Amino acid sequence: MTLTEQIKDLKSRCDYSSIVDLIPYAKFIGIETSMVGEQLISGLRFLDSNIGNPAIPALHGGVLAGFMETAALLHLIWENEPAKIPKVIDFSIDYLRPAVAASTYSNCKIVRLGNRVALCDIFIWQDDIQQPIAKARVHFLMSENLPLDS
Amino acid sequence: MTKPSDMALTHREYLNKVSKTPHAKKLKLALISSEDNSVTLKLPFSDEIIGDPINRIVHGGAISSLVDTACGAAVFLTQNNLRAFATLDLRIDHIRAANSGEDIYATAECYRLTHTIAFVRATVFTDNISNPIAASIATFMRSNKQFPVN
Repeated sequence: MTLTEQIKDLKSRCDYSSIVDLIPYAKFIGIETSMVGEQLISGLRFLDSNIGNPAIPALHGGVLAGFMETAALLHLIWENEPAKIPKVIDFSIDYLRPAVAASTYSNCKIVRLGNRVALCDIFIWQDDIQQPIAKARVHFLMSENLPLDS
Repeated sequence: MTKPSDMALTHREYLNKVSKTPHAKKLKLALISSEDNSVTLKLPFSDEIIGDPINRIVHGGAISSLVDTACGAAVFLTQNNLRAFATLDLRIDHIRAANSGEDIYATAECYRLTHTIAFVRATVFTDNISNPIAASIATFMRSNKQFPVN
């Protein structure tokens, strides 16, 4: 099955949680997806292995970056059913508050979807959606230019 | 001034502490080398951290964790004590994809340290640092508290 067929199949069965099976890294850090209204939402359940600073304890900044990049990717492929997994071009994150040892939730917005490139904004939060713990933006490559004939 | 309690650990010992936080352990990060203001860490290839199952390429999030940890280690090395710090922001440009199965390395250099902020840049590569797979830049806010030693 192609990626497009896999996503259509999940939608036809109203299976909103198995999309993480497509991306091993998503399972590695404990991402779970569910449908909230019309949107596929990614959450990061707390795992001891996601701790970066054991004293607070706080989640590793790299895990939060990985979670946000994956949340944007899952949102994008769910909405657009591409044939291939889009490649990340660049990713930039601003950390706003400490991430405590608790579940974390994401909110993704596709700012611009072109033929070749998509731009997504993401923010994540823990106990209060009005108090995000980090915000990020990411560009994905949806399809590449063909080489120019000489 | 470096406090006497900070002097008990050698550079290499406290760099090892940073690369042994729970998430760094889960990723099996390893300290390869350190000199002056720069540190090189290794992220071994593993099926669990794949982001693109068709091409079996490592997920950008795992690279974010590698870079965040390497940058943090470079700050510890440069400030020459165990004062804690928090990542303010981190940006990664994914220049090209690594080949599937290749181990990934990040060399981070803390090129400027003020009382409040540390500025770090990092290069991510597989076999040759002059043919990088990603380039990154990060800033950290320094605190006067000590990073946990355990």
